[in-house]
Amino acid sequence: MSDRIIDQTAAELSAGIREGRYTSVEVTTAFLDRIDAIDGTVKAFLHVDREGALATAAEVDADIAAGKETFALAGVPIAIKDVVVTKGMPTTAASKILEGWIPPYDATIVERIKTARMPILGKTNMDEFAMGSSTEYSAYGKTLNPWDTGRIPGGSGGGSAAAVAAKMAPLAIGTDTGGSIRQPGAVTGTFGAKPTYGSNSRYGLIAFSSSLDTPGPVARNALDAALLHEAISGHDPRDSTAIDAPVPPVVAAARAGATGDLSGVKLGVVKEFKEGSDAAEPGVIAAYEAAVEQLVKLGAEIVEVSCPSFAYALPTYYLIAPSEASSNLARYDGVRYGLRAGDDGKHSLEEVMSLTREAGFGPEVKRRIILGTYALSAGYVDAFYGKAQKVRTLIKQDFEQAFESVDAIISPTTPFVAFKFGERTGDPYQMYLADLYTIPSNLYGGPGVSVPVGLSEGMPVGLQVMGPVMGDDITYRVAAAFESTQDTLLADTAPEIEGK
Amino acid sequence: MSKLNTYEDAVAAYEPVLGLETHIELDTRTKMFCGCSTTFGGEPNTQVCPVCLALPGALPVANRAAIEATIKIGLALNCSIAEWTRFARKNYFYPDMPKNFQTTQYEEPLCEEGYVDVTVDGKPYRVEIERVHLEEDTGKTLHVGGATGRIHGATESLVDYNRAGIPLVEIVTKPVPGTGALAPEVARAYVTELRDIVRSLGVSDVRMEQGSMRCDVNLSLNKPGAEWGTRTETKNVNSLRSVERAVRHEVRRQSALLDEGIKIIQETRHFQEGTGETSPGRSKEEATDYRYFPEPDLAVMEPSREWVEELRASLPEPPRQRRERLQAEWSLADKEMQSVVNADAVELIESTIAAGAASSSAVKWWLGELSRRANEAGEELGALQITPAQVAELQGMVDDGRLNDKLARQVIDGVLVGEGSPAEVAQKRGLEVVSDTGALEAAVDEAIAANPAVADKIRGGAHAAAGVLIGAVMKATKGQADAGSVRQIILDKLAG
Ligand SMILES: [Zn+2]
Repeated sequence: MSDRIIDQTAAELSAGIREGRYTSVEVTTAFLDRIDAIDGTVKAFLHVDREGALATAAEVDADIAAGKETFALAGVPIAIKDVVVTKGMPTTAASKILEGWIPPYDATIVERIKTARMPILGKTNMDEFAMGSSTEYSAYGKTLNPWDTGRIPGGSGGGSAAAVAAKMAPLAIGTDTGGSIRQPGAVTGTFGAKPTYGSNSRYGLIAFSSSLDTPGPVARNALDAALLHEAISGHDPRDSTAIDAPVPPVVAAARAGATGDLSGVKLGVVKEFKEGSDAAEPGVIAAYEAAVEQLVKLGAEIVEVSCPSFAYALPTYYLIAPSEASSNLARYDGVRYGLRAGDDGKHSLEEVMSLTREAGFGPEVKRRIILGTYALSAGYVDAFYGKAQKVRTLIKQDFEQAFESVDAIISPTTPFVAFKFGERTGDPYQMYLADLYTIPSNLYGGPGVSVPVGLSEGMPVGLQVMGPVMGDDITYRVAAAFESTQDTLLADTAPEIEGK
Repeated sequence: MSKLNTYEDAVAAYEPVLGLETHIELDTRTKMFCGCSTTFGGEPNTQVCPVCLALPGALPVANRAAIEATIKIGLALNCSIAEWTRFARKNYFYPDMPKNFQTTQYEEPLCEEGYVDVTVDGKPYRVEIERVHLEEDTGKTLHVGGATGRIHGATESLVDYNRAGIPLVEIVTKPVPGTGALAPEVARAYVTELRDIVRSLGVSDVRMEQGSMRCDVNLSLNKPGAEWGTRTETKNVNSLRSVERAVRHEVRRQSALLDEGIKIIQETRHFQEGTGETSPGRSKEEATDYRYFPEPDLAVMEPSREWVEELRASLPEPPRQRRERLQAEWSLADKEMQSVVNADAVELIESTIAAGAASSSAVKWWLGELSRRANEAGEELGALQITPAQVAELQGMVDDGRLNDKLARQVIDGVLVGEGSPAEVAQKRGLEVVSDTGALEAAVDEAIAANPAVADKIRGGAHAAAGVLIGAVMKATKGQADAGSVRQIILDKLAG
């Protein structure tokens, strides 16, 4: 094991800080220095708060020196996707329309991170308003994949994934609407978890698609993710869609999985995914199948399940998510905050609103607003939005039926490894395919994690484990069990990044 | 201005079909979806938060008190209460609407299928309620620098979001046919009844002049026996009197167009308080497509039957029933009670009685002198600057013989212009009845001396002739004598 602080997992850092092997200030400084050294190349961060992070770290050190009780992850630094509002810290959702906006309040999960006394390193890059699978749609430039800087880091949460993959942060917050935590995790060799919808508060999460958005942890392994998951989860009265139930015991599940025993666990493989596997790269399928073999060796039983409605998941998603987005993004009009364009005394109020949106939104956001507006418009709403809601119900039923016979469902996380910049921006559908395997669980609302399982053409491949609603623990257990079969974390084998 | 028919010609040729949409601001302590205060009249933008300003990331939480109030309104309007209901988004851009969508209800309103019974000209009408739903109010925009105060041509627009997010209940009637020439009166009677019902529930102050109750009037005309015509929707109808005027004007305007073979366009019109006319607004043909869809940020509501029944049991006596009870207590004929209702005087009279006046006196003042004053001023009775307690005080002074009717009317003059209570006005203006018997006797003696022939007649038993002497005494005392007392003194002095 390396001696470098930045190579340690969050669990190790937490123990090290508590046991006095290093201080939180030392730990936080190490990650801030790493950011200084290489983020000029990777460009994972939109904003870095050295002062704030070190202030929190110093408080934790003082508490520990005074023998005070601290939270599990106290003193372990974290990066936050720029779609989550942070009081006093710029929050843009990687959009020009929010350039310079300083939120006057904290998201619930940020409050919890602050309660846990985790130093906040800064805000990470993403596709604008979380719409995209490559982070190429950020209004502030692209983030590079630490495994190959000619390739995308996934999206929308490419910044959080790249920050963790390049060891600029031990942990990060992501948000997953159609795969935005899991797909970047898969293509950067990091661990990403989309918790059960409603189990993590959306209050303070800049809305893309309200019925799908879920914040969750990005880490290097299952246990770290589980520790963060438990720190931010739990009922929030400010989010009416929050589930008022105990947080599933994900930390215990990750520890149980690490023992490498999956006997009696039934894992479903979706027949329709297999049949449609021509969408997936052979190298991805090969790495995935090798991982399945490992799981079988640990005692898991593989059961084929049929989910016929999954074939419609992608079009269903691309009707529901843009519909909700077209309404959620209506508030960006230049009247109350953010960018205001054309306010020169020559334009009417309505023109200013319109010019602001024209100037402030990027091409993918505009595409989805138009798509959603169309899907909700009179005469089309039943055929598009309404029909999509019906299919969504069928997809839920497919999952529910499958979970009657299996404990979890597994698949590749994404059909292809990180692609080269510009490869898929010309054809939106090719970009949308990146979320082929992740979208169904968003439509259902159940949890899904992506754990790195190997390489294809030298690029990381992820295994997705999906669970039933509020069954987040089984996903962590299966993922941690796979990790136990590996000598080293895939994340530790990434090529070293050269600073600029 | 467009041509108008006389109202009589219009209703002779066409049958109106009415529809009313009423918005009522609930007086919950906090807003519909956040914890901000709902107090009226605060400094602009002091009652706001991330939720009602629609800051990025903020989420709504429905106000249970508002849901409860809406269910109460629904129950009082004889509606059925939904077992499964949810909010929806109504999408359109407007600067005083922070989210650029309004959170409202669409296909699943909280309450449906009710009715309100009203009586006009002794005839009963049942106004059927289609739905009662809950939504949020918008902010207020002030356009500065333009000629019209409207958005077009303004050089600056200022927005106050204090009102944004205040709970608003919308009550929509079904079309009301069959009212004929009484359409304006039926419309007014319905809005009045609705207001009284909501007021009795204590869930809103329902003050039209403050905007906490606002009315849109839908109206179409058709030839007898023909299909219903195209309707217009008149907004800004913000007093009971305006409801009546708006209906009347639309009947006259639409009938003139129809007479010339011109089609009525389905459009939104605005009521002009000054002229009593309606002017065109947005035409529905070019209207926004609101792109309604279920609000994904709010949970579905499933009001339990136990809760609904609890609320039903807590409802106060319905105003109509209460009126029947009061009519009996006050011993009024149907027609008199109808006048009381039409004058919107039920509560004024009730309060006056509560302040000590006899019911007959309370009714007399409010329906007589005070109604006349209100008509002269073109105001609602309740808007007069005199309180029920003051009316009771005034009547008390009459009962004590300190004022006669004529003096009492002069005292009212003073009270209405803010000179103080009746006692204060009487004192300031020197309007007390002369009760000094010595002074009255002297005045009577003078009158007898000045009119010996009349005095002789009275002595001869012609008591009716006393009127001449009474008049002379009243003139001498500038009306400040009690006519009854004067008459008695005269008769005593000239008794055989
Ligand atoms: Zn508020």
